[in-house]
Amino acid sequence: MALTEELAKKIYSDMWRIRMFEEEANRQLGLGNVVGALHLYCGEEAVAVGVCSNLRDDDYIVGTHRSHGHCLAKGADMDHTMAELFGKADGTCSGKGGSMHVADLTLNILGANGIVAGGLGPGTGTALASKIRKTDQVSICFFGDGAAARGPVHEAMTMGSLWKLPVVYVCENNGLQQWVRRETVAVIDSVATMAGSYGIPGVSVDGQNVVEVYEAVGEAVDRARRGEGPTLIEARTYRFYGHSPGDLEVYRDSEEVEDWRANQDPITIFRAYMAERQWLTEREDEEIQGATAAAVSTAVKFADASAYPAVEEALTDVLDTSWRAEA
Amino acid sequence: MSTITIRDALHDAIHEEMARDESVFVIGEDVIAQGGPYTITEGVAEKYPDRIFQTPIAEAGIVGLGVGAALAGMRPVVEIMYLDFITCAMDEVVNQAAKMRYMTGGQASVPIVIRLPCGLGRYVAAQHSQINESWFMHVPGLQVVVPSTPKDAKGLLKTAIRSPDPVIFFEYKRLYTMEGEVPDDEYLIPFGEADVKREGEDATVVAIGGMVGKTLEAGTLLEDDGYDIEVIDPRTLSPLDTDTICESVRKTGRVVVCEEDTSFAGTGAEIAAMIGENCFKDLKAPVTRVGMPHVPMPFAPSLADSVVPQVGNVVDAVRRVMA
Repeated sequence: MALTEELAKKIYSDMWRIRMFEEEANRQLGLGNVVGALHLYCGEEAVAVGVCSNLRDDDYIVGTHRSHGHCLAKGADMDHTMAELFGKADGTCSGKGGSMHVADLTLNILGANGIVAGGLGPGTGTALASKIRKTDQVSICFFGDGAAARGPVHEAMTMGSLWKLPVVYVCENNGLQQWVRRETVAVIDSVATMAGSYGIPGVSVDGQNVVEVYEAVGEAVDRARRGEGPTLIEARTYRFYGHSPGDLEVYRDSEEVEDWRANQDPITIFRAYMAERQWLTEREDEEIQGATAAAVSTAVKFADASAYPAVEEALTDVLDTSWRAEA
Repeated sequence: MSTITIRDALHDAIHEEMARDESVFVIGEDVIAQGGPYTITEGVAEKYPDRIFQTPIAEAGIVGLGVGAALAGMRPVVEIMYLDFITCAMDEVVNQAAKMRYMTGGQASVPIVIRLPCGLGRYVAAQHSQINESWFMHVPGLQVVVPSTPKDAKGLLKTAIRSPDPVIFFEYKRLYTMEGEVPDDEYLIPFGEADVKREGEDATVVAIGGMVGKTLEAGTLLEDDGYDIEVIDPRTLSPLDTDTICESVRKTGRVVVCEEDTSFAGTGAEIAAMIGENCFKDLKAPVTRVGMPHVPMPFAPSLADSVVPQVGNVVDAVRRVMA
């Protein structure tokens, strides 16, 4: 699907939605309202939005530990997502998942995943389900360059390719594996080159450029829907924040971060793209940002007003206890 | 009633459930070639060619794909060739399958069955003979099923396939050829209901999987001593039917818990602790366990046979609690 002015506006707005949601979540972490680990996606918005702009509601996504962006881009509601980060009863997962397990199964958002590479098998399995049922749903497996070192990635891609499953593997290569730079622990620079091992196309794109991501993933999604099998897409990107709270960022200097923020911000890059095409007036820009900020502030109010789950809830949802075997 | 083997019972259960429900499919290594390593999936490829997936040797991938397919509403029946290989997929079992419902606040259902051929079969040493039921009992969100007869195997596997939550299904390799009567009509066996395999008054013997048959043999031998034992087969270790066990213990006051697996920190330890908590005042003797010593399975048949509990070990243990 060609990038239209209308879709471009949505993409622009969706990137702001992630950016503002996360910066607010980070502020709420400072206030003690958000607790636990908070892996911020800021800087990588073009990947999630570029990918999910190609998807239907019934397509599947599986995420990573850094997945607020994926969920929001697929359409997760900000109120309930924020409430989940607060550990509240109205959270997407009733306060039982938190930042690393945000999920909304009504939108086939199968969830963030706290295990690095943990989503690759399940994501490929949803594609297997689509093949068996002969639907044309597509599955997206997001993973990081750190996950590329793990065995389950190899096993999932091997079977994804073997059975030509409708899945797109999207590697967000931000060059950082928690507190370690990729080049110190990986021999191969580009994760896309791994695709050759599975006999599938491998494409490397500029993950700060949402148009590049959108177009490459669009082709991969079409290919998957046609039943021609998986594609591995590497989006070269960068995270603006540390790995999670407590990261002293000893692996990079502040100049590097400032340089990326100043010159490689995906929102700034896309704003220039739209301005060039006269797709975004200053007023529209203000309106988008204003409306998004208001929605984030509503989400915080919603999360704040929501109750903490009743303590009895700690003991529910382990198994479906209502189910009994009946012949 | 028909007399069939446990292998046939499992085979029939899979075929019946695949006929009943289009979302059931089979995935595993060698499941088409020779109908699977134990021929359990024989004939599936011919009848349902689109619902059987013979995989590369990739246990993490196999279980991982199963979890995803289950999340998407399918009902995968996964075969792991030897239980021992499930270690390669423990993340998928423990962190993904087991916790998905909970972590999503009840949104997700993972109706996956993972079949694990286990225990001493041919003499194939320490990496092809384990059981390790207690590993899985320890994890909330998993159901652990251990049939010991053809009837139980069929009814429990059918229930497992219909369950909305993950099931770890143990198949003792040496029991595949065991024969027994199976009802001709459709039936299911619910989880969490132990079966009293032999009624008795003097001692309760809780026997698991491969130990059930041996314990029944021991029961016959012990009649010569004048001891009348009650044999309880929990059939599912999680959920565990504590009521049936405790009721028997209250009657007899003497307990032996028998498992083929290593005793230390094992299934019998959990059952013994549960009995201690609930029936302490009813006990006339300390709860005794029969199990394998804390060693890996040796290769030499003479050694393997010496560590796997036999009928004689059960007889001795009952005599001890009766003394």
